[in-house]
Amino acid sequence: MPLLFFGVLLLVFGTLSPRFLALQNLQAILVQSGWLIVVALGMNLVLLIAGVDLSVGSAMYLGAVAVGMGLSAEPVWVSLLASVMVGALFGAINGMIIVTLNVPAFIVTLATTFIGRGLGIFISSTKIVYASRPVAEMGRADLSGIPVPIWLTTTAVCASWILLRHTPFGPYVRTIGADREGARRAGVPVALIACSGYLLCGAFAGLGGFISLSQTSAASAAFGQNAEFLAIAAAVLGGTSLFGGRGSWWAPVSGGILITTIQNGLVMIDANPYAYPVVTGFVIFLAALLDSVRSWPVLRYRPRAG
Amino acid sequence: MNAADGGIPRLKVEGLAKSFFNVPVLQGVSFEVNAGELLGVVGENGSGKSTTMNILAGVLPKDGGRILLDGRSFEPANRREADAAGISFTQQELSIFPNLSVAENLFLGRFARLVKGLPLVARRRMREETRELLRAVELDVDPDTLAESLSTGERQLLEIARGLASDIRVLILDEPTTSLTEREANRLFGIIARLKEHGVAIVYVSHVLGEILRLADRVLVMRDGRVALSERNMGLTSRQLVFAMVGRSIETLFPTRSPRAAAPAQILEASRVGDQGSVREISLTLSAGEIVGVSGLMGSGRSKLARILFGLDPHRDGYIRVGTRALGAGDLGARLAAGVAFVTEDRRRDSLLMDATVAQNMALASLPMFARGPCRVIDERKLADKLAGLVDRLSVRCGDINSTKVRTLSGGNQQKTVLARWLLRNPTVLLLDEPTRGIDVGAKEEIYRLLTDLAERGSALLVISSELEELTGLCDRILVIHRGRIVREFSRDQFDRAAILRAAFGQSDV
Repeated sequence: MPLLFFGVLLLVFGTLSPRFLALQNLQAILVQSGWLIVVALGMNLVLLIAGVDLSVGSAMYLGAVAVGMGLSAEPVWVSLLASVMVGALFGAINGMIIVTLNVPAFIVTLATTFIGRGLGIFISSTKIVYASRPVAEMGRADLSGIPVPIWLTTTAVCASWILLRHTPFGPYVRTIGADREGARRAGVPVALIACSGYLLCGAFAGLGGFISLSQTSAASAAFGQNAEFLAIAAAVLGGTSLFGGRGSWWAPVSGGILITTIQNGLVMIDANPYAYPVVTGFVIFLAALLDSVRSWPVLRYRPRAG
Repeated sequence: MNAADGGIPRLKVEGLAKSFFNVPVLQGVSFEVNAGELLGVVGENGSGKSTTMNILAGVLPKDGGRILLDGRSFEPANRREADAAGISFTQQELSIFPNLSVAENLFLGRFARLVKGLPLVARRRMREETRELLRAVELDVDPDTLAESLSTGERQLLEIARGLASDIRVLILDEPTTSLTEREANRLFGIIARLKEHGVAIVYVSHVLGEILRLADRVLVMRDGRVALSERNMGLTSRQLVFAMVGRSIETLFPTRSPRAAAPAQILEASRVGDQGSVREISLTLSAGEIVGVSGLMGSGRSKLARILFGLDPHRDGYIRVGTRALGAGDLGARLAAGVAFVTEDRRRDSLLMDATVAQNMALASLPMFARGPCRVIDERKLADKLAGLVDRLSVRCGDINSTKVRTLSGGNQQKTVLARWLLRNPTVLLLDEPTRGIDVGAKEEIYRLLTDLAERGSALLVISSELEELTGLCDRILVIHRGRIVREFSRDQFDRAAILRAAFGQSDV
């Protein structure tokens, strides 16, 4: 389904703008989609356990603030690690509150969205924070002919693949998403897994923020704003259910590329910039619609002999 | 007997006790099972069978008593610990996850590791072991199939295969054959025989007495949280089991009716009522003090009839009158005003607010009666008095009715809550669809007594039930519905179960 949609997009934008299909632009789409894919990978995990994390944008911002304010001279890997750690810490706090106090994830992460952003603005005194020179250079560098952001994205995708396909974590999160109480009865460590889900979501957000920061070199107080909706849309467009339990490790990849392609295409055909949010809104709506259509019982029904 | 090797039973339970919300559900349950033996467990709903099994499998903690596994004390804190100790539990409610693959379902909670100490799943090995387990239960599907594409019977077999996945010492099967076809059930019995040969002790819970008598080495009958009978299965009959389950013969459940007035006043009349579909040309009358039963197969139109009488569904032909007032098709308000009440078949879905309190649920249909003054403020004290009286009269067993949620009540007490809701309105006509479904014997008896009492106070009752004993024990007349029509009417002195059944199946009689 996303593939079909992708084909249509390529066709439409390709005919409207000759530059769009240039190899260079297609590579640019991949590079641009990196941060979104990574953030959506984390979102994917919490969606699978029938949760949600609205605070990923704030986690991205806090990571960027930590890197921009404190680590101007350190090597790249220290900055990277710091951003991921800040995100993970933020996610862990979300997870702890959701699991131990048993408050709906929607409410908790809505609150921490404001807390996180407010904290970031307070620390940075509302000033724009800048990426250190090595970080900014990394954002534009190549490694074996492939841009470094793509390497980072690929690593994150691999991590998600291993996590969901080759460790018990994968079936565990889908079990919890399908039936929390049933999962507990089946011996799944529900609290631990749910908490780790939010922690990992934060960590992925931290990494996504780092990739984004390395590309833009600077983060204003609006850095990462609305990222949560794009990330949810990416995961859902790729095939993960908003209602938990159903989805795959690659959903955020296809969904993230799809959304970035649309945004890139709009730029390429010189669309009115004010139309971007409208189109993005339609895409999010489409994602939600697709998801509810997927759960129509008629489509689920598979007749069987016997 | 394997018990001879050392004489220690595989599983020994002594004085098991458990309460929910201060209501004891298990009181001193003791039994034992030897390796290679099958213990058949029977008992009515609410007798404590499922609670006992849940405790053995570590799902629920026990309040008192001892469990000995191979002579050693065994106290599982959760399902996983019970699993690790070799106690495997196949539940009545299927715990198969439709969104996981067959293999993932089998190994959930104990995935084989690729490398010791690393959380990597050995997918290939898991798939191979899955194929082996599926062969053991003769289920021919691919390990990677999503469980949602299996039929209910296949899922049940998968559930059983999951029980086999670990090194088992005790296998607990709770109603394993409910959704199996006969062929699948026989397959299961074959598997059970093989397991017994391997020295597994099996605890087999079932409502099907024939299965118990056929499979069990020992039989345990539970009643009201106690052991009512515990014997070797030698010469036991299903009659004995029923007697032990119920604690008396079934006839004594029903209160005796005092003779009614010679010419009772007719309250409700339906004449040639039909909806040009599942109900046709139904004519019936209900008189004061009368209990009329409706018998019929599922889908015969018996529930539809009640819905039409109560105005939940409209009728097209004929008329319905209460007293002298004609009731419009589907006019629920007119019926409520005329004193008609309806206790639906599915109390959870159609009647109760599960997360509201007992008091809120009871008061729901009669709040306007307690509204006072120009602002229609509810007279809380009057309401509370009335409710307290009802709780007493119905002997609803729960904690404080103002804080206890209906969800936490037993089926019987939930049903009493529904009844209380309508009794508050002093109904002149009470329609009841399956009033005792899923309720334990004690509560049944109380409800029968209550219904009889209502009739004696002058209400007219229409009871729809698929339990013939209930109808013959309770009613003055029984109407039999077949394909939407009343095909026969029996008066009390003509009651004959076989004849009623024949009529329900549409066979002409006499």
